[in-house]
Amino acid sequence: MGIRIIKAGMLTTVQDLGRTGYQAQGFNVAGVMDVRSFKIANLLVDNPENEPVLEFTLIGPTLEFTADTIIAITGGNFNPTINGVPAAMYTAIYMHKGDVLKFGSAETGSRGYVSFSSYLKVPNVMGSRCTNMKSSIGGFKGRKLRNEDYISFRIKRRYLPFFLSRHLEPDNFDHDHITLRVVMGPQDSAFTRDGIDTFLNSEYTITNEFDRMGCRLDGPFITSKNGSDIISDGICFGSIQVPSHGKPIILLADRQTTGGYAKIATVCSVDIPKLVQSKTDTKVHFKAITVQEAQHLLLAEESEMSAMRAAIHKPCKEVLECRLTAKRVRSLFE
Amino acid sequence: MQDYKILVAGDSSVLIQFEQKIDPLINRRVAATVQLIREQHIPGLVDMIPTYCSLLINYDPRVILYDALVERLSQLMKMEIAADSGRKRVFEIPVCYGGELGPDLQIVADHANLSPEEVIRIHTSTDYLIYMLGFLPGFTYLGGLDEQIHTPRLPNPRLLIPAGSVGIGGSQTGIYPLDSPGGWNLIGRTPVKTYDPNRAVPILVEAGDYIRFVSIDRAEYDRILDLIERGEYTVPVHEKEA
Repeated sequence: MGIRIIKAGMLTTVQDLGRTGYQAQGFNVAGVMDVRSFKIANLLVDNPENEPVLEFTLIGPTLEFTADTIIAITGGNFNPTINGVPAAMYTAIYMHKGDVLKFGSAETGSRGYVSFSSYLKVPNVMGSRCTNMKSSIGGFKGRKLRNEDYISFRIKRRYLPFFLSRHLEPDNFDHDHITLRVVMGPQDSAFTRDGIDTFLNSEYTITNEFDRMGCRLDGPFITSKNGSDIISDGICFGSIQVPSHGKPIILLADRQTTGGYAKIATVCSVDIPKLVQSKTDTKVHFKAITVQEAQHLLLAEESEMSAMRAAIHKPCKEVLECRLTAKRVRSLFE
Repeated sequence: MQDYKILVAGDSSVLIQFEQKIDPLINRRVAATVQLIREQHIPGLVDMIPTYCSLLINYDPRVILYDALVERLSQLMKMEIAADSGRKRVFEIPVCYGGELGPDLQIVADHANLSPEEVIRIHTSTDYLIYMLGFLPGFTYLGGLDEQIHTPRLPNPRLLIPAGSVGIGGSQTGIYPLDSPGGWNLIGRTPVKTYDPNRAVPILVEAGDYIRFVSIDRAEYDRILDLIERGEYTVPVHEKEA
């Protein structure tokens, strides 16, 4: 009992927050690209914070359910339909056995997420269920999903309290210009004053070299003092390295653990979703903030998540609006 | 005098940077610092990436904030890190050199103007320090390859190198942990799985350990391979005074 992949889409993988604890041994973390959309998807169906979901990119999958379960769809808008009828996003949805959930291509954003209250049955490998495609481990057989794959559920969970309250305002990813807040360093001292001014005051453009590993930007040349090669050191999610070609590369979920180029700055955790939901040709500006400010933003987002959790755990006021209630309750009886 | 810097690496990591130099002593400080931090069980610490002469620490700012972590690390760094006992693990990795398992042994020998036997003798006569792991799971950056057998990379990288292959690329030598593309000269192969995701310890070695290659013949290679498949083989490890 689970989901059958009728069409796999462009790049659909099972992901959680990634496999940490083994980077010292060369093991890259992988995990979801857009942590915020991932967390909201799990929150809507009362899953544990790190429960694996499906992440899909630019062209979404078509899934057939072979058992009843509850799902939530977040991230970019891929115009999801259930049996041909438009489906709500950022909402808990009851799925019946035989239902077909179909995603189109990304109208806004570039990555979508779907969570399952019955949990995807994929093995826990070294503390995580995420797919690491480079090492071919974790997730579903260590690879992206293909047509006709079948993933079972781990448990039966078809009831959630306050079902009618379980919807949130979708995040908006419809931007052709974004500002990424960054914390300067660790190797900003490898660049000239002019180089840093250029980095912080210019417009960069996302190129088509943009995948789960990283995002190359095009724009004005960032000058270094004595070349940008360093003795290899560790890389984190959002590290911005500037090789000798002088253009920034932002390293993302599938980044390698170590690298030999100077890193001018690191994108703040709360701004990474904006970046990974962007498309080629999006314009990017960088704005420097302090590490304390960046951590304050992260804690504020954490409080926002708690508020969301509280909002979906109380009786629904809209019950008084009969038409809306009827619409949402209908699927339960069909 | 303080010989390290703690640098900001975004809102969820800090970088401890020692003197930026590839040097066994500095690298041992990195390994000792990892050990020291591990023993402290600092809440919120997520992962550590030790490299040649730096240590990247990933942490969860929901548990510990930057200022508190830096304070804690600065206190720790005052402790005498040279207290590292100096006892080092040496993993003995059996390698079947030459033949179909090491098709480029002759290239290395020709380049060095040596016989294949001499290349094997030189390659097996050093304890190689593992400076760091990276690039692929379990891929070791080893120091100490004898200059006599330094050999340029192949002009055309191979698309698929089988896991366990032992190669020489420029001044470096190492073991391919997974099937992967690569441009190193392959001089032999080990039956040992340096990386096995299904094992309790998926990756055999750590930065700071040493590797010693031991020459075996094809029959021994097949015998060890068979033992490994039945789960009855353990890589010999001995300790040495550094």
